[in-house]
Amino acid sequence: MNNTDNINEIRTIIARHKRWDLLALVAGIIALMIAVLTFIALFGNMVIDGMPRLTWEFFTSFPSRKPEIAGILSAWVGTTLVMLVTAAAAVPLGVAAGVYLEEYAPKNFITEIIEINVTNLAGVPSIIYGLLALGLFVYQLGLGQSILAAGLTLALLILPIVIVATREAIRSIPVTIREGAYALGATKWQTVADHVVPYSAAGILTGIIIGLARAIGETAPIITIGALTFIAFLPPSPVQDQFPFLSFEWLMEPFTVMPIQMFNWISRPQEAFQHNAAAAGLVLVLMTLLMNGLAIYLRYHLRKKIKW
Amino acid sequence: MVRVPAPAVSHRPKSLHHNHKRHLKERIIELLLFLAAFFSVFITFAIIYLLISESLVFFEHVSLWDFLTDTQWTPLFDDAHYGILPLVSGTAVSSLVALAIALPFGTIIAIYLSEFAPFLVREIAKPFLELLGGIPTVVYGYFALLFVTPMLQTIFPNLPGFSLLSAGLVMGIMIIPYVSSMTEDAMRSVPMHLREGSYAIGATRFQTAVKVVMPASLSGIAAAYILGISRAVGETMVVAIAAGMQPNLVWNPMEPAATITTYIVQVSLGDLPHGSVGYQTIFAAGLTLLLLTLVFNILGHLLRKRFREVY
Amino acid sequence: MQIFKLANAASPTTQKAAVNKLNFYYGGYQALKNINMVVHEKQVTALIGPSGCGKSTFLRCFNRMHDLYPHNHYEGEILLYPDNENILSPEVDPIEVRMRISMVFQKPNPFPKSIFENVAYGLRIRGVKRRSILEERVENALRNAALWGEVKDRLGDLAFNLSGGQQQRLCIARALATDPEILLFDEPTSALDPIATASIEELISDIKNKVTILIVTHNMQQAARVSDYTAYMYMGELIEFGATDNIFIKPKNKQTEDYITGRFG
Repeated sequence: MNNTDNINEIRTIIARHKRWDLLALVAGIIALMIAVLTFIALFGNMVIDGMPRLTWEFFTSFPSRKPEIAGILSAWVGTTLVMLVTAAAAVPLGVAAGVYLEEYAPKNFITEIIEINVTNLAGVPSIIYGLLALGLFVYQLGLGQSILAAGLTLALLILPIVIVATREAIRSIPVTIREGAYALGATKWQTVADHVVPYSAAGILTGIIIGLARAIGETAPIITIGALTFIAFLPPSPVQDQFPFLSFEWLMEPFTVMPIQMFNWISRPQEAFQHNAAAAGLVLVLMTLLMNGLAIYLRYHLRKKIKW
Repeated sequence: MVRVPAPAVSHRPKSLHHNHKRHLKERIIELLLFLAAFFSVFITFAIIYLLISESLVFFEHVSLWDFLTDTQWTPLFDDAHYGILPLVSGTAVSSLVALAIALPFGTIIAIYLSEFAPFLVREIAKPFLELLGGIPTVVYGYFALLFVTPMLQTIFPNLPGFSLLSAGLVMGIMIIPYVSSMTEDAMRSVPMHLREGSYAIGATRFQTAVKVVMPASLSGIAAAYILGISRAVGETMVVAIAAGMQPNLVWNPMEPAATITTYIVQVSLGDLPHGSVGYQTIFAAGLTLLLLTLVFNILGHLLRKRFREVY
Repeated sequence: MQIFKLANAASPTTQKAAVNKLNFYYGGYQALKNINMVVHEKQVTALIGPSGCGKSTFLRCFNRMHDLYPHNHYEGEILLYPDNENILSPEVDPIEVRMRISMVFQKPNPFPKSIFENVAYGLRIRGVKRRSILEERVENALRNAALWGEVKDRLGDLAFNLSGGQQQRLCIARALATDPEILLFDEPTSALDPIATASIEELISDIKNKVTILIVTHNMQQAARVSDYTAYMYMGELIEFGATDNIFIKPKNKQTEDYITGRFG
């Protein structure tokens, strides 16, 4: 008799515990569904409001006081040029720093300082980078509210992302590959430049894309350096039809970028401008989704392909 | 088959001693790489130097006491007051609302993905969350102002068009992916044998997750939470768009208010002359923000040390 | 294919290297203790002994691989002939040493490049740029590594697509391409199946008329099959060194005999 009581008691306990399991499972699925629904609401809302504005003219028109003829020409051109500067500054610097920390750095005090520092920089709010850029680039270096200043600002912002991604990619290369190169008489730099960096290129590229996707959407630091929001002209083209064919005048030009243009339209009271904001937001979201998606795909592919 | 004779030795070095030209080149490259790495330290110093030097000028005009105790922040008015409290309260309220969403939901999702979800769900959900975390904040701001606020107004008819509540809610959703992904990473790094030990004595998944896996990954979870907090405190665009930019000393999320970050945005949108007190206020505000995030970072560092898991 | 087979006995040869009073330390831990030995030119010397006896550590002294990691240091000398230069001396550049003394590793470690580029890499870092020279020397190396017939039609293929045994022969070709004076083998067949192992062993006997070989192996039959000289090591010390036949047939040392006859190890 006592025995059956015991078994029944245990069964009740197990049943109760299993109820908790079920509850946790349901809670997890609900929480995920909320995330999914939010995304659908966010995206759907923008599609409904912004889709009608997404015409060819929207991409080829300057901003205007009349919402129905306003477009994002100067914004997407500005974003492209700013990203060029950001990539040109952040990629060599970040990859070099990552290579140093992973391949060269001795275990000492300075290395530890640099490592802690990179971690901490990743946690500094983006607007602080804006203040740094305002004081350093805009005034002390006299770059003004230019494409160059904005590009460098965003480069500082994504530098930790590039460094961390480079280090992770490099770390996945087995030591036997390095020893193989050294055993043939390669110098350290030859080993790094001929083997370590090329073999981790896909991983590094993933980090660069994620960093640039982040930079494309950054608004606060660009506002902080005082970027103009009403730009109805384009900077001079980097490619010229006359010798020397390349021009760097655009670097010092005022500009606007996609998120600033969107923010500007959101702050207008007229509803028509908010539809423009939705359309610009849609373009912006698609750009970042595309870039992040590419990065995720690359990483997934990488994980499957290479077996050292 | 005829064996081709080995070619004469031609590329054999003459001496075993150091090749100074090559050695110099290697050292120069190493120096350049070091400078690139050290540049990050330079950035930190530049940030600290700039914020402190501009703030010092600011504190020549405004006493630290007033800055910390005055309950009004009206630097751009004729009757200027420089009390940081209204900005701090706005920051605190919006962050608390955000964290009330992000921490529980982030944790639940992490537990689900790490301990319950089938392989396929995890493989789809993780990149999806990552994409969600990659959406620009200005877009979340738009969503807060033009979707969430009207929706909340049907529940709370008195809710104004700008409110900390709406901004905080959206910020919370925005931060969920950061918290969940870091928490999940921490939980997944707990070795399988700990879980098996728990299952072997008859524990359920939930019991194993809460009583074994979470305590074992406490330091990683703490780090995830700290990251969430510091993102909430430093977030700018969602609050700037959806919470209005009036500095009010309020503790009620149903009101509009400014945060430290939105004040900087507001000033930057205007046309303040370089070197004026108004210009310096944003550096004082920035310094306050940096100190706040620094406190959280140090806290996170200590927590990680305190709970460093040993398997 | 013509196979060069030298007598498996210690015929009088010139010395390629001499190890004198070699000590080696990983930080505070002494891994090699007062080793004295000679390496005969164009002969195969096998290093045997139980796991952890220091045979790989010893091998890696010959091309200064230990310099890649901090807190390692050498005492004593390894004289390389005919230069009569101590390759462990601080004035000697480890890179110059590795240009003349190459190495084949335990696990095949081809670079994730094409077969051609794998073999050409050593030549490229020595400044060879002419395509015709590269092609000629790559072909030679691949022929010498008995791989040419299998890969001559797919030199552009990724080296990872080769089988394990082919990969290891590719690594040997890669080392041979730069015409090294000494080739170090660190348990080159431990990751391979018996058939691939046999082909590598045959290859080692094949190339020893071109290059002096040092091989670490934990397989005593392998040492007996491929080597002319054998060194038995235990706990970081060189216990016995001599012609392979002598070591295996009538070892002087009781410990060596116990190890060879399988009584411990």
